[in-house]
Amino acid sequence: MDLLLKILIGLLTVIIAPILGGLIAGLDRVITARFQSRQGPGVFQPFWDVIKLFGKERFAVNGFQILYVLVSLAFAIGALLMLILMQDILMLIFVLAFSTVSLIVGAMCVRSPYSKIGAMREIIQIMAYEPVIILMAIGMYMITGSFSIESIINYQVANGPLFFQLPLVFISFIFILTIKLRKSPFDFSMSHHGHQELIKGLTTEFSGMQLALIEITHWIENVLYLGLIIMFFGNNIYIGLAVAAFCYFLEIIIDNISARTTWPWMLKISYSFGLGLALTNIIWLYLKGGIM
Amino acid sequence: MGLFDKAAQKSPWIIHFDCNSCNGCDIEILACLTPLYDVERFGVINVGNPKHADILIVSGAVNQKNQRVLKNIYNEIPEPKAVIAIGACGCTGGIFRECYNVMGGIDTVIPVDVYVPGCSPKPEAIIDGVVKALGKLEEKRKKMKEKGEENPFLPEEFTSELVEIPSLTSETKEPVSVSHNPEEPK
Ligand code: SF4
Repeated sequence: MDLLLKILIGLLTVIIAPILGGLIAGLDRVITARFQSRQGPGVFQPFWDVIKLFGKERFAVNGFQILYVLVSLAFAIGALLMLILMQDILMLIFVLAFSTVSLIVGAMCVRSPYSKIGAMREIIQIMAYEPVIILMAIGMYMITGSFSIESIINYQVANGPLFFQLPLVFISFIFILTIKLRKSPFDFSMSHHGHQELIKGLTTEFSGMQLALIEITHWIENVLYLGLIIMFFGNNIYIGLAVAAFCYFLEIIIDNISARTTWPWMLKISYSFGLGLALTNIIWLYLKGGIM
Repeated sequence: MGLFDKAAQKSPWIIHFDCNSCNGCDIEILACLTPLYDVERFGVINVGNPKHADILIVSGAVNQKNQRVLKNIYNEIPEPKAVIAIGACGCTGGIFRECYNVMGGIDTVIPVDVYVPGCSPKPEAIIDGVVKALGKLEEKRKKMKEKGEENPFLPEEFTSELVEIPSLTSETKEPVSVSHNPEEPK
């Protein structure tokens, strides 16, 4: 019975997450257009785009591309399921990293230099954000004594949200989110917007159905990251949802007011500011003692 | 109208290629994206990648040098696709028609679906051209479906008709004349 329920929840997640992610992407475009005092497309525009891409002619540079795209989608769904079914957070982070890595391999397996440079920049992005995400998991472990999401949530129900013990980690996580959501200062491996100096970076050589699947993967990842924000407020999901919505809004503002940077700048700032904040928080937890 | 047909109408992504135009037309095309005209409200995105595009917008007259690039871009766009020639130059060659290196309008090199005349055409005319191209896209989707036996997911062996690209290697193999006087006996 328990297993059946879990399978049901899993199926529901797989159906609802892309829809939610698409709606978020649509709202993103509407709000961005309003910021630029334009009318903007409808909220359902991302869905039309993806359906159209599915209907286009299929051509691939080589047969491996679609394989890597599918693997990337599968790992993203796997990571989301681990969050919803409250599994191990460390494992979740690794599965999520696999999703990105397989996209990188997919972009590397063609001969286009734009695609390759995009993939290399994506690797640099992983270098920038992965330490902070791992520190986030470590911080949660130091407080709750477990990597299991279920016990992290249970701890918060009993002792209040983790946010008050990990405020700096939370801030650096929001910082990292800008990279992961592919928002403006750090969107140099693949931008949301039509034009970029690298044609389209990572996705230059993907077209039609492959591009549609990459888009869906991106939506699922977005939902997952918003879910991770909610984890900081595990005792009350409504507060978590409100904070997640606010953070996404903040990202849209940042996207609109900032210009794209270069990768050395991103590495510098994410290692000094992002990693610094997270480490300070962890050291503070350690010095406070009593836990671990 | 099926779901795929409707989606194709609702999200035409355009790629703009400046084929030696005087930039008058280009500025008008970009003006369509500004808040005043805002074509994004129809789902139009100006993409930089032919592999993601549906509609190819070309401004300016084709010449001997860039016809290769134009054909390449045309071939890289997945079906269904439409081509719009913008401006007097794009339609016929315009004021550059008689130049020694100009081949004429866009249709001397690739098949054109919609012509938008004017020097330069107003943004309204360009948007109207995109709307006309949407009708063409629908027709082409129908043709694709007939080829693909009513299957929205096309079989992999389906390939669009490629435009032949002049080979660079055969050009370079031609004997190079060093003589300055063509009359001079070799
Ligand atoms: S049609 Fe006129 S504005 Fe357009 S490229 Fe030709 S000369 Fe320039």
